[in-house]
Formats: sequence, C-alpha cells, structure tokens
Amino acid sequence: MAEQEQQRPARRESDPAEPVDAGAPQATGQGKDRLKAELDDLLDEIDEVLESNAEEFVKNYIQKGGE
Amino acid sequence: MPVPKILGIETEYGIVHRGVDDSNPISASSLLINAYLGTQSEPGAGPGSPRVGWDFIDETPQNDVRGFSHIGGMAPEVETHLVNAVLTNGARYYVDHAHPELSTPECADAMSVLRHDRAAEQIVVESMRAANQVLPDGEELVIYKNNSDGKGNSYGCHENYLMDRTTPFARIVQHATTHFVTRQVFTGAGKVGCEAPWIPTGAVPFQLTQRADFFEEEVGLETTLKRPIINTRDEPHADPALYRRLHVIVGDANLCEVATFLKLGTTAIVLAMVEADFLDPSLLIADPVRSLQAVSWDTGLKQPLMLGDGRTATAVDLQWEFLDQAQKYVLEHGTDLIGGSVADDVLTRWEGVLASLETDPSDLVGVVDWITKRHLLDGLRERHELEPGDARLAALDLQYHDLRPERSLFARVGAETLVDLGAVTVAMEQPPEDTRAYFRGRCLQRWPDEIVAANWDSMVFDLGDNTLRRIPMMEPIRGTRDHVGTLLDECRTVPELLSRLSA
Repeated sequence: MAEQEQQRPARRESDPAEPVDAGAPQATGQGKDRLKAELDDLLDEIDEVLESNAEEFVKNYIQKGGE
Repeated sequence: MPVPKILGIETEYGIVHRGVDDSNPISASSLLINAYLGTQSEPGAGPGSPRVGWDFIDETPQNDVRGFSHIGGMAPEVETHLVNAVLTNGARYYVDHAHPELSTPECADAMSVLRHDRAAEQIVVESMRAANQVLPDGEELVIYKNNSDGKGNSYGCHENYLMDRTTPFARIVQHATTHFVTRQVFTGAGKVGCEAPWIPTGAVPFQLTQRADFFEEEVGLETTLKRPIINTRDEPHADPALYRRLHVIVGDANLCEVATFLKLGTTAIVLAMVEADFLDPSLLIADPVRSLQAVSWDTGLKQPLMLGDGRTATAVDLQWEFLDQAQKYVLEHGTDLIGGSVADDVLTRWEGVLASLETDPSDLVGVVDWITKRHLLDGLRERHELEPGDARLAALDLQYHDLRPERSLFARVGAETLVDLGAVTVAMEQPPEDTRAYFRGRCLQRWPDEIVAANWDSMVFDLGDNTLRRIPMMEPIRGTRDHVGTLLDECRTVPELLSRLSA
C-alpha cells in the first residue's frame, strides 16, 4: 500500500502541470464550467439530504466543551 | 539537534443522541465506543473482549514545560473511570469529557498519520452503525468531525510532535506561533459566523477556521479555558531526558485529506527547522492572538500582519517564507528525520496550495476544507436567494461534518484523496510498522488476554502466576517491525516474549 501511495507524488513532481486526480477541479475556463455543473448536481443532492428543519437542527446542536 | 518527527493526531468528535429528551453526552459516548469494542470480540470470548484498558500511571497533563507548579490552574483532569481502550492498530479510543475521542498511534510521517486519521473516521462510522443497531427505534447516535457547536463551545483536534529536549522552548514558541497563525489558510475547516463574544452578530459571516475564536493567550497550559496558541503541557510519553512532545491544540479537524496531510507535514518540517536553528529569527508576529483571529476572519487572504520588526506581511506571504526555508532545509539536511520521501510530497503540495491560494482559491475545492465548504454555501445561497443569517447555511456548515455516509455533505464533494480505502481499512486494525506502535498493536493482536493495561510508553503483561510485568517503551522509534517483527512472529507465549526481550 505504502508503495502505491508514494508513486503519486513522484508522478506529480515530474510534471506538476498534470493533474494527479482527474476529478480535481482545474483553473481553466473549462474547469470552471465543470465546477459549476458539478455544483448544480451537488446542490440537488444537498437539497435532498439537508436537515429539513434547519432552524431546529441548528438550535439543538449543542455540545459540551471538550479537551 | 533534530530528532525523528514522530507524530500523531487526537480528535474529539461532536456527538448527538437523537430521539431522546435529555441526552447525556458521556453515556452516549460510552455507548458508541462500547458498541464498537463489542464488534471486535473474539467469537465466544464474551461481549467487549478483547478490551485492554488504558494505564494511567504515566499521565501527568498538569506538568508545565516552564517548570511551574499549578496553583488553581486549569490543567486537564484525568478521568480514569470512563471507557478507555487500546486498539490493535495501536490507537486509543476513549471518552474524554463529553466526547468520544480517538488518538492515532504514533506515526513516522504525515501520510501514515493521514491513513490512521481516516481509519479513525471509519472506526467511528462503524461505531455508529453498531450503536444504532442496539438503540430502540427512533433513537440514533450521530457523530460530527468538527470543533464547534456554533454557540461558544469548542472541542479539539490536537496534534503531537516528538521534539528534542534541548531545543530552547522560546525558539519553539516563536516559530511555531508564526506557523500556526499562518497555516490556517490551508488548515481551516471553515465556519459560518463568529463565536468571539465581542464581535457583533453578522460582522463575520464566514471564517477560515472553527477554532480561532476560542484562543486568548499566546502560551499556557490550559486547553478548555483561556486557550493558548502554544500549549506547554510537558508530558513527553517518552524518555524525558531526551525528548519533549509538542502538544498542539490550535488546529481544526479536517475532512479534506490534503488538508490533514499538509497540517501535519508542514508542521513537522517547521519544527525540525526550529530544532536545527535554521529559521530566520526575524520571523515573528507582533500580536499572535489578534493575528490568529484576523487571519481566520479574512477570507480574502489580504490581511496584513504586523511583524516584530515593524514590517507587515500576509499569512500567505509568511507561508511562502516557511516553504522557501523548508526547501533549502531539505537540500541541506535531507528528509531522513521528517518522513523521507513523504516530506518531498509535502513540499510539492504545499507549494501547489499556496500558488492556488494566490491565483484562484476555487482550484482548492476538495483540497482545503474552508474553500470547499464556502463553495457549497455560496451555491446554496445563490440557488435559494438566502439571507446571510439563514439557518440553512448554518445547517449546511454542521452537516458538512456529519460522518453518516448517507448524510455527509463532505462525502458528496468528491474531494482529492491521497490514501485508498483499502489502506484505510487495513489501518483500522494494523499498527504503523515504523514506530513503537507496532509493538503495542502486535502484542494486542497476539495476546489480548495476557495484557492487563497499556499506554503510550509501557505495557503491563500478566504472566499467569499472579505476576505482572511492566515493559517500558520510552523510545518511540524502537519496537518497529524491523526491530521486533521477527521476535513477535517467533514467540508463542508472553513469558517467552518477555524472556527474549530481557535477554
């Protein structure tokens, strides 16, 4: 496993411009469009799973301090 | 002189017990952890076994590196009566105050810590599943990997770094402070709103970090009140004549793998440079506490920070400075003590992230948590034309950190990954091979019934004839697979192991 993980940075070092993860968003105009399109899909999902009573959910999220 | 940067991370998770009127976070946390331990039992060995308890004999969180004895100080209490288990991967899983907490085993590089931090998340996910199976219908435990409830209560994600005892503490304070104030630009987990009491509602609609609002001091022992940027707890969990352990309480818990990797990796390199006295002594922030908050509250990354010599620089400028020094340091000193080739990867990614922060932070969606979260918040706000104080924005903030796979918003982003799930699954049970955690984890796998207790720097074995033997492990880089792997493979019994260890 460790070997597998360490190959990635080597590839990245040899060509920093080449994306390591094809899914990672890029700075190009095309990348921006894709980011926007992905966001629309993502927001559809968020609308579906986001707590339906947001106000109650946020109000009831109370933690005691830790550490 | 620099020593190997053995490191680890401890995370307190937020916990909610849904479906009950008066939930108790301590019993909920106990239920969560016990449910997981129950899934680890050997068939026929009874519920919860193996359950090796934590040994508190060496716990001294009240010791202050500055040599003070504490009169009325707020040093953390050691709670010896709550669930506290050691896992076969060398980690510690326990109830701390009102939270479930998981400390990774000691690791030798940032990639190894990342793998074990991800394993910790998966252990918590498995714990939720197991607990929710035994809870009545309508009740549920939900765990959040965040650090604030948005109402002024914070819980920590602490890092630990092995350091040379002879390094002057004042030098550590100076440079680590500058790094902690400025690394927030990539370590922040993002937060809707502000919990600093003197800030008017709405004045800081979104900030980089969960934690900056809660820090009031530059240096100190406290962790729950008047939190300091540099914590002085002197509890090395190793030979105190050789080592100290820098206990870092100022960070956020990250979900983005790259953020966790860089948080640990950059800090390890900075601390090695401090030990070698390699850093420019003029790198000094004039007002660290205010600057910590100013950086966190400035999503435009333009806030000038006043330095000790009257110059100003932004957090990103200062991070470039650290990176520049780190690159030179590695050329001169190599990477042997800072994680080998992993340190090269840290430098490459560090540079890439700083470049993106300057040119186009939106490149860092899925790489840096606060940018990822802001991307979702902006999207939701625009889509539904939400006002800044809308509860749906605060709900999104919380649910970003929800660890239930079906509810987690972070999990839907498709963030960049550095470790694959197979490696994470292995790390849920197997210790790192290159620190003493290997010895602890392997012994727990082999002889769970003969181990009475364990902690970071010792283990207590039961020899079966009413004799207990404590094995000290004061050297974190001994007990590795290279060192004891063959021995552990060959020994069939604990007495044989102990006799060969002392031979």
